[in-house]
Amino acid sequence: MVEVNPNLQLRAEVKNLSFSYSTEKKVLNSVSMPIYDTKVTALIGPSGCGKTTLLRCFNRMHDLYKVKEYQGEITLYPEQMNILSKDIDPIEVRMRIGMVFQKPNPFPKTIFENVVYGLRVRGVKKTSFIQERCEKALQQAGLWDEVKDRLNSSAQMLSGGQQQRLCIARALATEPEVLLLDEPTSALDPISTAHVEELIIELKKDVTIVIVTHNLHQAARVSDYTAFMYLGDLIEYGPTTKIFTNPADKRTESYITGRFG
Amino acid sequence: MANTAKKTSKLSTFTSANHPVRRMRRFREMMIELVLFLAAASSVLVTVGIVWILVSESLPFFQTVSLVEFLTETQWTPLFAEPKYGILPLVCGTLLTTFVALLVAIPLGTISATFLSEYTNSTVREIVKPVLELLAAVPTVVYGYFALIFVTPLLQKIIPDLSGFNVLSAGLVIGIMIIPYISSLAEDAMRSVPGYLREGSFAMGASRFQTSFRVVIPAAFSGITSAYILGISRAIGETMVVAIAAGMQPNFTLNPLQPAETITAYIVQVSMGDLPHGSIGYQSIYVAGLTLLVMTLMFNVIGYYLKKKYRESY
Ligand SMILES: Nc1ncnc2c1ncn2[C@@H]1O[C@H](COP(=O)(O)OP(=O)(O)O)[C@@H](O)[C@H]1O
Ligand SMILES: [Mg+2]
Repeated sequence: MVEVNPNLQLRAEVKNLSFSYSTEKKVLNSVSMPIYDTKVTALIGPSGCGKTTLLRCFNRMHDLYKVKEYQGEITLYPEQMNILSKDIDPIEVRMRIGMVFQKPNPFPKTIFENVVYGLRVRGVKKTSFIQERCEKALQQAGLWDEVKDRLNSSAQMLSGGQQQRLCIARALATEPEVLLLDEPTSALDPISTAHVEELIIELKKDVTIVIVTHNLHQAARVSDYTAFMYLGDLIEYGPTTKIFTNPADKRTESYITGRFG
Repeated sequence: MANTAKKTSKLSTFTSANHPVRRMRRFREMMIELVLFLAAASSVLVTVGIVWILVSESLPFFQTVSLVEFLTETQWTPLFAEPKYGILPLVCGTLLTTFVALLVAIPLGTISATFLSEYTNSTVREIVKPVLELLAAVPTVVYGYFALIFVTPLLQKIIPDLSGFNVLSAGLVIGIMIIPYISSLAEDAMRSVPGYLREGSFAMGASRFQTSFRVVIPAAFSGITSAYILGISRAIGETMVVAIAAGMQPNFTLNPLQPAETITAYIVQVSMGDLPHGSIGYQSIYVAGLTLLVMTLMFNVIGYYLKKKYRESY
């Protein structure tokens, strides 16, 4: 059982969360862990262990597909509401919890319209506000200087790394409380990857981040807390330094030393 | 193990270039190639042939009628004692009918495509799609009578001074007729928009409606344009409905409450009479056909450029 550190502020708490795509096999098996405010939490583990599945519970992405049952809770602070509850509208959850996907997925729109998409969707009309937010989000995503002269050209013109930072800007423009990143650098070259990592470290001042990553060095570099998952179970959770230097579980140890996965 | 090896070597013996088996094989390949080429060439030849006949049969017409008269005169009465040869009334009738049809078909076609692609699961789609496509299976003559004896009287209840033959009801019915063409192609285009774009939109807190109209439709714009162009071509070329319900009276007007004649309806009307070969009335059919071809071509070119401009949007 994971102990919650009382000295830190909670942003969310996963409680006994189980999930399955079909009735046969559980993909998540009673996972419990805290998500601390303005910290980066990394989810690591071998392919297919359920990292993406867990991440997509946070913004109810599974609701888009044939109804899946969530068992357990994800409590969002400060209200302490269970965002997996049937009474909660998934759209309202997604308005507060942003997500960046593994593959950059800018919309076939201009750079500007991509960034302000969330504001448009929320019915924001005030042009000056929209423009301010656009600039701020692009600044935060470290993309402003590269695109400020061509906000009205197509997002498709950008390189892969720029597109991913655009997607981060798009998620930031609505000031989400939690930002979910699913292997955000797996499709990027090393330079763009370094860029995005710097960005994540910069961003955690303002926003709580949960990042799935395949890259252990990345987890070690950017995260404050790490959760190691294996076959749908949360094996170990703790401060990143502890997980990487002194893991309690044998399986965690063999994973981080590269013996499997 | 040794046995298998023996068998395989028997199946694949090497033969010399002039061996009868090799010659036979080469011959067969050549024949297949020839047949394929002829099949592909025939459609090109037919198209070229049609254009050639239309142009060559139209040329004598323009020795009698000047191009200026043809394009500016506002009456089309080639079979009258005092004939007038202005194509404008027919072009007008054609465009007006098409416009009314598109007013119905584009919104309804797009909406049903959106519904089928974005809102239904496969079970509902399997039921709704064939029913919608049935609209395309109804013979056009049935649509014609439907327009004349059902839609027109219905409309006359709302618009008392609607004439018995009119563009409005013909256009409305053509519009219904071409919904399946538009919805089916537009749906294909929308369904081929990759799921990660939809997920990106939903993740931003967008509703299904916002995702459909702000992301999926713009991303599928090029395919949806093709669907509209096909719809326009179908509407321009539609004959039976207008011949039956719109009145066969060349009428230079933009008022859809009045009777009119489209290019296709004129061709049918004149083809059914017996005109002497080589007479100007006879030539006028070809001229009308050529005009129709040019118009359809124009829309296709516009569509082509629109598609090119907005292609690879995802
Ligand atoms: N949409 C889906 N439908 C059915 N099974 C899925 C689906 N997505 C993932 N899975 C299965 O769930 C398990 C966990 O997948 P995932 O969460 O993507 O793992 P990870 O991100 O850790 O690589 C895998 O066994 C995978 O095959
Ligand atoms: Mg994954």
